[in-house]
Amino acid sequence: MTRDAAPPAVEMRGITKRFGEVVANAGVDFAARSGEVHALVGENGAGKSTLMSVLTGLYRPDTGTVAIDGRPVRFRSPRDAIDAGIGMVHQHFTLVDSLTVAENVLLGRQGQGFRLDTSTVERELDALGERHGLRVDPRARIWQLSVGEQQRVEILRVLHRGARILILDEPTAVLTPREAAGLAAALRGLADEGLCVVFISHKLDEVLALADQVTVLRRGRSVGTVDAAATDRRSLARLMVGRELLPEDRRLTPTAGTPARETVLEVVGLRAEGDRGRPALDGVDLRVGAGESLGIAGVAGNGQRELAEVVTGLRRATAGRVVIGGQDLTNRSPRAVAAAGVAHIPEDRLATGLVGGLDLAANAILRGYRVRPLTRGPLLAGRAIARFTDRLLDANDVQAPGRSTPAGRLSGGNQQKLLLGRELDGRPRLVVAVHPARGVDVGATETIHRLLREQRAAGAATLLISEDLDELLALSDRIAVLFEGRVVGEVESATADHEQLGLLMAGVTGQPGTERAGFDGVPIGLAADG
Amino acid sequence: MDDVTSLAFLTSVLAAAIPAATAILYACLGELLCERAGILNLGVEGMMLMGALGGFAVTVWTDRAWLGALAALGIGAAFGALHAVLTVPIGANQVVSGLALTLFGAGLSAFLGRDLVGRAAPDSFGRLHVPLLGDLPELGPILFRQNALVYLSYALVPALWFFVYRTRPGLHLRALGENPGTADALGLPVAALRVAYVVAGGALAGLGGAVISLATNPGWTENVTAGRGYIAVALVIFAGWNPLRAAFGAYLFGAVEAGQFRLQGAGVPISSFFLNMLPYLFTVAALVLASRPAARRRIGAPAALGQAYVREERA
Repeated sequence: MTRDAAPPAVEMRGITKRFGEVVANAGVDFAARSGEVHALVGENGAGKSTLMSVLTGLYRPDTGTVAIDGRPVRFRSPRDAIDAGIGMVHQHFTLVDSLTVAENVLLGRQGQGFRLDTSTVERELDALGERHGLRVDPRARIWQLSVGEQQRVEILRVLHRGARILILDEPTAVLTPREAAGLAAALRGLADEGLCVVFISHKLDEVLALADQVTVLRRGRSVGTVDAAATDRRSLARLMVGRELLPEDRRLTPTAGTPARETVLEVVGLRAEGDRGRPALDGVDLRVGAGESLGIAGVAGNGQRELAEVVTGLRRATAGRVVIGGQDLTNRSPRAVAAAGVAHIPEDRLATGLVGGLDLAANAILRGYRVRPLTRGPLLAGRAIARFTDRLLDANDVQAPGRSTPAGRLSGGNQQKLLLGRELDGRPRLVVAVHPARGVDVGATETIHRLLREQRAAGAATLLISEDLDELLALSDRIAVLFEGRVVGEVESATADHEQLGLLMAGVTGQPGTERAGFDGVPIGLAADG
Repeated sequence: MDDVTSLAFLTSVLAAAIPAATAILYACLGELLCERAGILNLGVEGMMLMGALGGFAVTVWTDRAWLGALAALGIGAAFGALHAVLTVPIGANQVVSGLALTLFGAGLSAFLGRDLVGRAAPDSFGRLHVPLLGDLPELGPILFRQNALVYLSYALVPALWFFVYRTRPGLHLRALGENPGTADALGLPVAALRVAYVVAGGALAGLGGAVISLATNPGWTENVTAGRGYIAVALVIFAGWNPLRAAFGAYLFGAVEAGQFRLQGAGVPISSFFLNMLPYLFTVAALVLASRPAARRRIGAPAALGQAYVREERA
């Protein structure tokens, strides 16, 4: 039998899945073969994750069939899918932080006796990691590992179980360019060994570089499967959004004629502890002027979150100063910081930005409810609030059924636009934005980027923290790279490139003798070379 | 007046501390299993009361204390099952369900036990003198001249420690409370396991109650547990969800309780009201210590404690 005549490793037909009134998948067809790397692309909310959750037995489809190697299957739980040889590497890792790597791998493996035999598994993991270029210490506890290493653990766990079909949900979203390259090599190696590798992505360059086949989803429907070699960025983008994208984001034109900008944010020798009490910021110095945008690059967990939290008053600085507009605001309350004209777009919009259970009007006034005209004495001014909310929704292109809808019901993009609208209202002096376009679709990303650009043009200083290098290059004048709580380099966006930033993000500063290995070990890109 | 500084006084305090601690120890181990699985059970007090009453009643009917202890296990398990059904498949608020069961257990035991108040126990767990070990100086009377339920708890503590940290089901248990979503994605039957551990925890709480009514103070009076169920919940936190540390905490508590009792007996000029407070003050102090940021980081509660898990729920 030739390869093409064999039944596909995965064949899904007419999959429909509803959540209440939301149709996440509407009759989706999907097929992938052994030995190929298959990309599943689409905007947020296109139904990619739902489709893969059906394949991994987490959701049951309302209608439709799934066949593995030509045999129809009906998964009633994730266990059934695992038994059928399907392994999923989730975007939000499903590892138990307090357990070791080996214990996490042992979790959920059946028929291995009553006593835990960690030493055998540790040896097997060492061997597996060696063979596939995915090395990680099996005795380490998960919380001690970098994000890249945690991802390797996820993959190793799936391989250790003998999975033949490997599914990865946005695997490169959290990696440095170098780590991503290492992952790509590992995945290609697995496909060459005859595994079926499916990965979800919306980074088209990466899809074209890595995949053999590409299936595109749009609004819960599959709009086609194409040969990666026979397509290009532009046509994929058109399939994804169903229209031509605007021309590629161009870099900022430096705000001309402002050589001596007034300093808005000045951070000096800033130190702070992370959630686990370990140093997260280790002497950070930054300066951002009016009308200037400073990007902060770095691999997740190198102090970016803590930096944003200290600047906005949510985390204590253990040393150093935060000066905003000439006012020393070190360790002042978040309210004092906000009153000084600081807008904050936090990392997790539903945790620190919006209140999911409250309606849009309540969320819209969270920042300004204490002042006229939204409040009169002890009472909230209903009509003024309604007008204010409508204006905010309208001006920021928030698509919502009405202002009494709970904020948690909106899509991620609309939530983010509402949040930006609220924070940017009233001419902030400093905008602190953390992953402002994470998890939102292309259209909302355009709006969000436009809003941030407008603030810069209006003279606000911007501190933009992101892991998306393209976003940083497009929105910042300068980019500072954080590594292990220190600024290891600062570059002008106009002259920076991915390669240079990627090396800095891995802690390689380019000065002889100061080069350090990646976080906690060898980046996966290097592991294969030994 | 006894000499409260003598070795004999200390030995007698510690010998009394062990049985006093055992009731709490069982309840604490039960709560530990339950919380490791991610379910908070504040119904321990009610389950202990029902176990104490049920154990005593069955002993009165059958003249066999061990049948009473079995009954206490069963009644505790039944209450545990009630909490499990409310909190796991139905997903009710765990705090409210637990408190409701405590109130229910306290009321029901008081009502059903009206005629048993003051009745003498036809049988109880008396002291068993372990040959050889019981003759050791000091250690013998403290550790090895105790009742059968105490000896059972000696075995249970290391067994549970081994189970939690060294076995496959124990690994599953740890994952359940830390991250039920992960456990589910890996194919573990999250709901069934959670129910099983809540039932087991209830059974142990019931047995803890029976330690009081069948061994340390044979008999029944209303509210005989006097808040020990809540102290067990607090000790789980103090113990960092570790069975060995739970035993340590329970014995410390027992020593304070036995100590204040003996001090009163010895006629020490401190108000008995103040001495009665000591065990509870000790609990507060232990919680304060266990909640220091440094300690909290090291031990940490199961991350998903108190949260219902529903597979297809979307945020």
